[in-house]
Amino acid sequence: MLTILFDGTAYGMLLFVLACGLSVTLGLMNFINLAHGAFAMAGGYCTVVLVNRMGVPFWLGLPLAFVVTALLGGLLERTLYVHVYARPHLDQVLFTIGLVFMSVAATDYVMGSSQQFIQIPESLQGQFNVFGIGMGKYRLLIIAICGVLTLALQLILSKTRFGSRLRAAVDDQRVARGLGINVGAVFGLTFAFGSGLAGLGGALGAEILGLDPTFPLKYMIYFLIVVTVGGTSSITGPFLASILLGVGDVAGKYYVPTLGTFVIYAIMIAVLILRPQGLFARSSAR
Amino acid sequence: MTQVAADVASYLKRRARWSPLEIAFWVFAFASIWLFPQKHLILTETAILALFALSLDLILGYAGIISLGQAAFFGLAGYFSGLVAKYGIINDPVLALICSGLVAALLGFVTSFLVLRGSDLTRLMVTLGVSLMLGEVANRYSSLTGGADGLQGVTIAPIFGRFAFDIYGHTAYVYCLVVLFICFLIARRIVYSPFGLSLRAVKGNALRAAAVAIPVNGRLVAIYTVSAFFAGIAGALLTQTTAFCSLDVLSLNRSADLLLVLIIGGTGYLYGGLIGAVIYKFMQDWIASLTPQYWQFWIGFMLVLIVLVGRERISGWNEALRTFLVQLASRVLGRKPALSAAAPDRG
Repeated sequence: MLTILFDGTAYGMLLFVLACGLSVTLGLMNFINLAHGAFAMAGGYCTVVLVNRMGVPFWLGLPLAFVVTALLGGLLERTLYVHVYARPHLDQVLFTIGLVFMSVAATDYVMGSSQQFIQIPESLQGQFNVFGIGMGKYRLLIIAICGVLTLALQLILSKTRFGSRLRAAVDDQRVARGLGINVGAVFGLTFAFGSGLAGLGGALGAEILGLDPTFPLKYMIYFLIVVTVGGTSSITGPFLASILLGVGDVAGKYYVPTLGTFVIYAIMIAVLILRPQGLFARSSAR
Repeated sequence: MTQVAADVASYLKRRARWSPLEIAFWVFAFASIWLFPQKHLILTETAILALFALSLDLILGYAGIISLGQAAFFGLAGYFSGLVAKYGIINDPVLALICSGLVAALLGFVTSFLVLRGSDLTRLMVTLGVSLMLGEVANRYSSLTGGADGLQGVTIAPIFGRFAFDIYGHTAYVYCLVVLFICFLIARRIVYSPFGLSLRAVKGNALRAAAVAIPVNGRLVAIYTVSAFFAGIAGALLTQTTAFCSLDVLSLNRSADLLLVLIIGGTGYLYGGLIGAVIYKFMQDWIASLTPQYWQFWIGFMLVLIVLVGRERISGWNEALRTFLVQLASRVLGRKPALSAAAPDRG
């Protein structure tokens, strides 16, 4: 029981790091980015190439994955995404699905279609035994990293100048613009940072979630669930939603394996029907 | 009848008139049975895709509901028709086809209440969620559906007990084309009716539509159900013509490709899905013969390009071409141009 809780938390934390960039994109620009998973995949493959082929240590591989994906995200944001922000949702969906298809096929072409594994160092394998519960060292690391990141994000958002600008822009873009906040720049930075986080999540999660070219399609729905269930107005909403989702998914697969992910989808639809704004959203944004 | 009602009636009647171009389209479509006998297999797929795209156009182009879950109806009806044929419950293909459509329509009716609320994103998520749930169910109950191996051992009885399906797809093509034509006629009747007019009002502005006493939710439920019926017919056709059904029918790719088909052809007029299906199918065939493994890349590339260039501009070309053709046709036939009948329906 506690093991499930533990594994579920690790899984949920991972989902949060993967999805929080998406939640900001959606909340800030009202932009539906279905291609978010592609950035996570980019981070994962980047680490695979660095660690397995070039012999870079795993510790260094993770931050590098973050940097590379953030750069990639920033580049794409400036060149492609800016043109699509003001478009109707249908265009955004088409555009980002197109990107997903391209990334899937391109990865398949470059890296092959087989599942990739990252060689994690010896010291991270095996598990601790605490009060009779087996805790995988790697999962513990994930919880630690993601926990620190979440705290850092929360601090940045609530304490720094950039954070308050971002929150202002999310709350009301037009007024924020009127107050002299460069919403475009704030958004570009946030997009790059969110992509970087996704890349880091992809690198960390390759061990747990698996990594193959269909990654963006397979996990797209999970990211979207986190965002829609958690709401886009704060960071705690998606966080709680991803922990719930992680624990729920692991528990569901453990207790009722025949139903599989069915439970998750059912819960999502139920939540969306009852609270279209998200489970943890403030009562009304606009 | 009041003056307004009479005006509306005459307006609708004028719009619903068959233009020469439409007649030419269908004459050509049926002529293809004899013109391209070697191409019947791909033409069959095209006809099915066209019907599927038509079903999406009804809700996207006319009612403004974005859906990524149209594959749910397609797949459900596909499996249903496969199963009834496999276990000999309904042997007559035509009857099985209609029943499959009705089953899909039932699912559409039940799930339509889920898409009434919320924003575009919520609708996307809910429709996507429904189709993913169905996919999960089909995967789990593999004893019934065959799971990842697909539903095998389906034998489809001859149509009306006379026309057996052959491996060259001749029967299948004629069958699909006739079904497509009938469904098209029904859809055409729907969109040129006062009901169709009220749908476009809802799409334009749901709040105002409600203010002029259009029952918005009721209309959306109705069109969603009809659309599910058509999607189901398309799914059942695929199973019947290939005698096979796999989990692929429920995949996200299918719904996403469908959006592409509709975007190529243009939304909001009935021929959009049909023309889009023809272009898409032959383009896919061509790309797949160039790069068999990576054709998905080019499909994605197309999507990105279409959005960046702008959908309006592309449908603008369509329109210009159509206007030109209509004028050409009417000059050849020595008639006055019937532009209003062929112009796209803008909400």
